[in-house]
Amino acid sequence: MSEATSQKIPVTVLTGYLGAGKTTLLNRILSENHGKKYAVIVNEFGEIGIDNDLIIGADEEVFEMNNGCICCTVRGDLVRIMDGLMKRKGKFDAIIVETTGLADPAPVAQTFFVDEDVQKNARLDAVVTVADAKWLSDRLKDAPEAKNQIAFADVIVLNKTDLVTKPELAEVEARIRAINPYAKLHRTERCSVALADVLDRGAFDLDRILDIEPDFLEADDHDHDHDHHHHGHDHHHHDHGHGLKHYHDEDMQSLSLKTDKPLDPNMFMPWLQNLVQVEGGKILRSKGILAFHDDDDRYVFQGVHMMLEGNHQRKWKDGEPRESRLVFIGRELPEEAIRKGFESCIVS
Amino acid sequence: MKEFTPAPDSASIVSVTDRVKPVALGMGVTSVHFLGPRAAFVGGEENVAFVDSKGEITTVAVHSGGILSAASDGKRLIMGGDDGKVVALDAKGEVTLLATDPKRRWIDAVALHADGAFAWSAGKTATVKSGKLEEKSLEVPSTVGGLAFAPKGLRLAIAHYNGATLWFPNMEGSAEFLPWAGSHLGVTFSPDNKFLVTTMHEAALHGWRLADNRHMRMTGYPGRVRSMSWSAGGKALATSGADTIILWPFASKDGPMGKEPAMLAPLQARVSVVACHPKNDILAAGYSDGTVLMVRLEDGAEILVRRNGTPPVAALAWNAKGTLLAFADENGDGGLLEL
Repeated sequence: MSEATSQKIPVTVLTGYLGAGKTTLLNRILSENHGKKYAVIVNEFGEIGIDNDLIIGADEEVFEMNNGCICCTVRGDLVRIMDGLMKRKGKFDAIIVETTGLADPAPVAQTFFVDEDVQKNARLDAVVTVADAKWLSDRLKDAPEAKNQIAFADVIVLNKTDLVTKPELAEVEARIRAINPYAKLHRTERCSVALADVLDRGAFDLDRILDIEPDFLEADDHDHDHDHHHHGHDHHHHDHGHGLKHYHDEDMQSLSLKTDKPLDPNMFMPWLQNLVQVEGGKILRSKGILAFHDDDDRYVFQGVHMMLEGNHQRKWKDGEPRESRLVFIGRELPEEAIRKGFESCIVS
Repeated sequence: MKEFTPAPDSASIVSVTDRVKPVALGMGVTSVHFLGPRAAFVGGEENVAFVDSKGEITTVAVHSGGILSAASDGKRLIMGGDDGKVVALDAKGEVTLLATDPKRRWIDAVALHADGAFAWSAGKTATVKSGKLEEKSLEVPSTVGGLAFAPKGLRLAIAHYNGATLWFPNMEGSAEFLPWAGSHLGVTFSPDNKFLVTTMHEAALHGWRLADNRHMRMTGYPGRVRSMSWSAGGKALATSGADTIILWPFASKDGPMGKEPAMLAPLQARVSVVACHPKNDILAAGYSDGTVLMVRLEDGAEILVRRNGTPPVAALAWNAKGTLLAFADENGDGGLLEL
């Protein structure tokens, strides 16, 4: 599977609210001396001045799939462009899709899950979100698109850090973490980030779900808010020993679940399927590493809204704790119901 | 079980593989069309390769980039590229630039009319040009998926999201919208001008009976349909997209409404391209495993033209007389069969 995966062309989705610095990052990626050629799908021509790469203009055309799944939207223009690009295979090494500042990343990601032909030739590598350190906190209050982009991200480039004070930076980071504690976060000025930190991340590669996200393992360390939920809703930030403020976002949250007891696959799978069917509109991203009863293999899954993919990954190693961990990032997640549902899948 | 060599005593499929003249094109191929006596293989980018009956290859440069669309009437081949150009290639190998998109947008679709008119699309705009007529453009609500001229009159069908638009380019305000939710990609008129059929992004076809715009849903495919071909006389529409050839009946006035399609030549691979013989009730089908079969429509009898074991067959066409069959897989390994 890994070999087939590596032959597919990696696709990086670049999002970020208006003015955050997407074009700066794009120009940086393209102008760096990396010896690679990119096909870049942009919404506005003219801002990118690199001759060596294929620049393709796109109109973000989102349409609903006719499969009765209301949140199953894909980017039709992307399907068409990917089709055209595949005729020039070998002429470029990777694809970057820049979305408009107001775009929801979900239809882009879903295009790579749903479309058979796209899936055959390309793999989604990561969703990279550029955020403006000075204005993001405000945008999170008034722009649902900005929140979506943070929630959806695998990598967050927190840009323009030179324009804010240290406490301001700490605050915006805390607000990001309240929504998405799992993304890799890089603080930058003028999007100065190592290419390896934004490209070829394998964020959607089931085999690399853990390798690239050590944060994932320590999820609970960042996720105090939810542990406090049982004691009442604490909307105010509170200081921790290490001085980081913790926020609770009213609207968008992440929810992590964990157990060291084995799960019953005959309970868990239907539960998960049903959960994403019913709540898929609210769940933006989901990931999990699962230890099933009577199963020596680790099972990994990931999803975007209602779409899930999963597989047995590898044998549990000797001495490796057989724990199951799940993460959901979404809007108004029914936390109690999810926790109860999950617990009912534990083999007692 | 056709991937195993049958035992000597077992009933074996009739094979003409030894009569095929192999053609190694050395380039990715997306379609093939006959221009005069030669087969013109359209490359994924830049070039068209002419192959004559001796198997000799002559390459002609047509675009400075990917070739996104192609259509032919047997006399010339019209192509659209990601260089924003619409070009024509004739049987002698002469290239003519027909149009250039002012913004250098991709030319996603082209169509060619029997009387010489041609059409192309870039983004949401479809444009028609004919000898007598000025260039006429129509903007549809979303990106054009496909174009087709009606067999009678100068009428263009434009497939797009949520339906198709029918348009008489020389009649102001004549655009008629045929709605159906979803993304429509390919489009074709039945040869009798009674039906319009689109391939959809979903694994389905959609059809309209043009007399009353009644809908025809043609579903059940495991994969997206990328190739459609009308049988001689337009009695049936053959399609790719399943592990058998799917043949929808169009002989009656109701077309396929309430009818099941015929399923021919099942293999353990998807049909990737179909081409009906221009005169007889025979068709050729290429599969995702590289197999090419000729199949009799009446009883499904099969003749093996090319064995499996290669990338998918991408190009397949008969010449106008039906005496030559040309094919190639995605990587440009092809052949010519003279009947």
